[in-house]
Amino acid sequence: MIRSSTPGMAVAVLAGAMAACGSTAAGRVQTTPTVAAAAQADLVAIAKAQADSARYPYTSADVHFMSAMIGHHAQAIQMADWAPTHGARSSVRILAERIINAQQDEITTMQRWLADRRQRVPEAIPQGMKMMMDGVEHVMLMPGMLTPDQLTQLDQSRGTEFDRRFLTFMIQHHRGAVTMVKELLGTHGAAQDEIVYRFASDVNVDQATEIDRMEKMLAALSSRPN
Amino acid sequence: MASSFSRTLGLGLLSLAGCSGSTTSSGSQVPSPVPGMSTAAPSPDPRVGLRGGLLDAAEAAWNMRLVSNTPPSAKFASAWNSDVAFTGKYVIQGSFNGYQIWDITNPSRPTLKTAYFCPASQSDVSVYKNLLFVSGESLTGRLDCGAQGVPDTVSKDRLRGVRIFDISDISAPRNVGNVQTCRGSHTHSVLVDPKDPENVYVYISGSAEVRSASELPGCTSSAPDQDPNSSLFRIEVIKVPLAHPEQAAIVSSPRIFHDLVAPAAHGEAPEDIAAAAKAAAAARAAGGFTAKVNGVDFVLPMQMTGPMLDSIARARGAPVIIVDGKPRTTVTAADSAALRAGIQDLIDKMVGAQDTGPGPRPGPTQCHDITVFPGIGLAGGACGGYGLLLDIRDPANPKRIGAVADSNFSYWHSATFNNDGTKILFTDEWGGGTQPKCRVTDKPEWGANAIFTLVDGTMHFQSYYKLPAPQTALENCVAHNGSLIPIPGRDVMVQGWYQGGISIFDWTDAARPKEIAFFDRGPADPARFIVAGSWSVYWYNGVMVSSEIARGLDIFELQPSGFISQNEIDAAKTVHYDYLNAQGQPKMTWPASFALARAYADQLERSGGLAPERIASVRRSLTAAENASGAARRDALARLSGQLSGYVAGSRDGAKLQMMSKAVADLSR
Repeated sequence: MIRSSTPGMAVAVLAGAMAACGSTAAGRVQTTPTVAAAAQADLVAIAKAQADSARYPYTSADVHFMSAMIGHHAQAIQMADWAPTHGARSSVRILAERIINAQQDEITTMQRWLADRRQRVPEAIPQGMKMMMDGVEHVMLMPGMLTPDQLTQLDQSRGTEFDRRFLTFMIQHHRGAVTMVKELLGTHGAAQDEIVYRFASDVNVDQATEIDRMEKMLAALSSRPN
Repeated sequence: MASSFSRTLGLGLLSLAGCSGSTTSSGSQVPSPVPGMSTAAPSPDPRVGLRGGLLDAAEAAWNMRLVSNTPPSAKFASAWNSDVAFTGKYVIQGSFNGYQIWDITNPSRPTLKTAYFCPASQSDVSVYKNLLFVSGESLTGRLDCGAQGVPDTVSKDRLRGVRIFDISDISAPRNVGNVQTCRGSHTHSVLVDPKDPENVYVYISGSAEVRSASELPGCTSSAPDQDPNSSLFRIEVIKVPLAHPEQAAIVSSPRIFHDLVAPAAHGEAPEDIAAAAKAAAAARAAGGFTAKVNGVDFVLPMQMTGPMLDSIARARGAPVIIVDGKPRTTVTAADSAALRAGIQDLIDKMVGAQDTGPGPRPGPTQCHDITVFPGIGLAGGACGGYGLLLDIRDPANPKRIGAVADSNFSYWHSATFNNDGTKILFTDEWGGGTQPKCRVTDKPEWGANAIFTLVDGTMHFQSYYKLPAPQTALENCVAHNGSLIPIPGRDVMVQGWYQGGISIFDWTDAARPKEIAFFDRGPADPARFIVAGSWSVYWYNGVMVSSEIARGLDIFELQPSGFISQNEIDAAKTVHYDYLNAQGQPKMTWPASFALARAYADQLERSGGLAPERIASVRRSLTAAENASGAARRDALARLSGQLSGYVAGSRDGAKLQMMSKAVADLSR
């Protein structure tokens, strides 16, 4: 279930694929040579300006958040991956598909952020985050993450039972992510980094919105007669 | 039994309701060729495979032209550019480092008037008269505009809310006031009340974490049922006295989500609906009872239908016998038939009763953005998982009058009305704008626009529109900000899709939106993902101005095509704004002009609303009138106007003929 332990690779492959399409580009492709040339001259100035503008330091809380959320997301993806094979109804399958799409992209964001800052990039494994404590490796479950028992329960259910458990567990899982954001923002010095703040805010609103949606789906499921 | 059924069923099923399903097209004008001009989109799409680069990327354009690109000034070069507002000849461009003011008198060479360094995310900007409003949301914004951030969780230095500047001297803005809010200001919208010339109102949207009460007294993230003053489930309205902007303050916190019951969601999986219908048919064949709830079939359980049949039997006087200690009646075929005939009505009543009943409080707790359209007294709120319609005739007390949800929508982001207020378009900023959501693998109905018709204050889903050209995984792309282009008699919009570029589309036919022009660049970095692209692009007095996150200010112009004629472009250019905030949508009006009359003639030719020989004759008459003057011109135009009215009855596009007749009559005065 390790999806993208080498974040750069997928990007590079895609870039290569797109470059290959380049030769087929046709139509009215225009360039604005004068503007571009003038702008090129400004590049040096722009590079110099980077140093002058607002750049906020990141903290260990940011690094922890961006690292821990990778495993959190990986577990959501594993749960969602089961939808097609476990007889989920199509509305749940569509939700699962969107969770996979969204959270896979976000894992890439987190891995890129960590790599850019030369931090250790955790593998995207659904069992939680490996942490070393006193020289012993521990696997930490982040808030909302399913226990191995819950994962087994979900994996063993099919059809409507799967749908009900999936929604119930994913609501729990998303609430955990919202809690992680809350903890991050409540920490001194955290989320000053623009990417971290924006990413955390997106996780917060996207998952809160999805919780609302899943609660409605769950209510619909529970109320369906027979 | 029945009541609990009603409660749970009703609650759950509301979300299953289908969309209106209507595909009626208002306007029914599908663009078709003007002779001699192509309407064929270039194939293969030149947007695919463009070479990347920050300032030397390859570009592709169709039916529009890049007039200029102006990179940001030094202190703004590394920060993201955000939204733009307009006043007179100036563009005010927000940036995460503050804002820059450009003079665009010469669109091919904008000049920097002011660069105001004051870091904040995301510096959403609006302008009204001599006042400039700038949003601040994140934890780093400082009252003193410093760049050092605010590491403390509670600090008196932090600004989250709206800064107010006096820009009477545009080269030296003065910070005259700040309004702090509990959740900061992600975006805001300026509402000009036609009845209140002394004040202007600002609606604040912000979904960020609630601040500590120690930092801003009164803020609380407790739910409203625990604390009636909860900072959740509300928006903020700021009242700004124009003579004393320093006295600007929150005047109300309308609870526009109050009693919001999950509205019908469009797009519930068709397979589920079909499966439910099949199960219902099988149950009926076996003698069971079924009913439809919001268009979806449900098999009713025996526990529910048993007591109903029993009561029908008793009502006709059937003898009661005791079975296992319980009274029972013998149900006949007639009883079953009676229930079968009445069951749908019963269920409708039960579900209907739920609509107004209390239920668990659904989200959202805030809006992302609100577009106010005082010209029609309405606002469109993009709020979490919902699109809301608000009555804003009382500016300080907006009231929710409609709500829609959509299972294909991730996060409702912004709204745009068409000019006559018969349609509303919402965007879905799936992935928050920093993710590549326009890849071949991303569904066309995800991260798209959803178009609704507005009938008597109710919204009816018609279609989705998404940028039709696939983008790479290196380009952040999703539906984002845009505005109407004032093509008379049509609904045409220009919209930024971040690194997906700019797309112009016609949504006159709400069920069949169609792209008619585009501009795109290759990825801002050819090798790695960085955030860039068009944050917003708005039509302003004849040009389209786009705020490019990483590349600066882009200015475009429309080029005539088979979709838009030169006359239509000329007519669009007659619409003048003194200022523009796209989220304070202005009602567009077209002054009388020959271009306007000719634009309608072009549209009548396209729609076949007037026979070709009549079109030719009408055009000759217009030319003759334009060459004449004084009374001769007036008489010729009045005659032409009458002639056009006479054609209305026999035309397939009578409404357009009437518009043209009126335009010509206006010209004769």
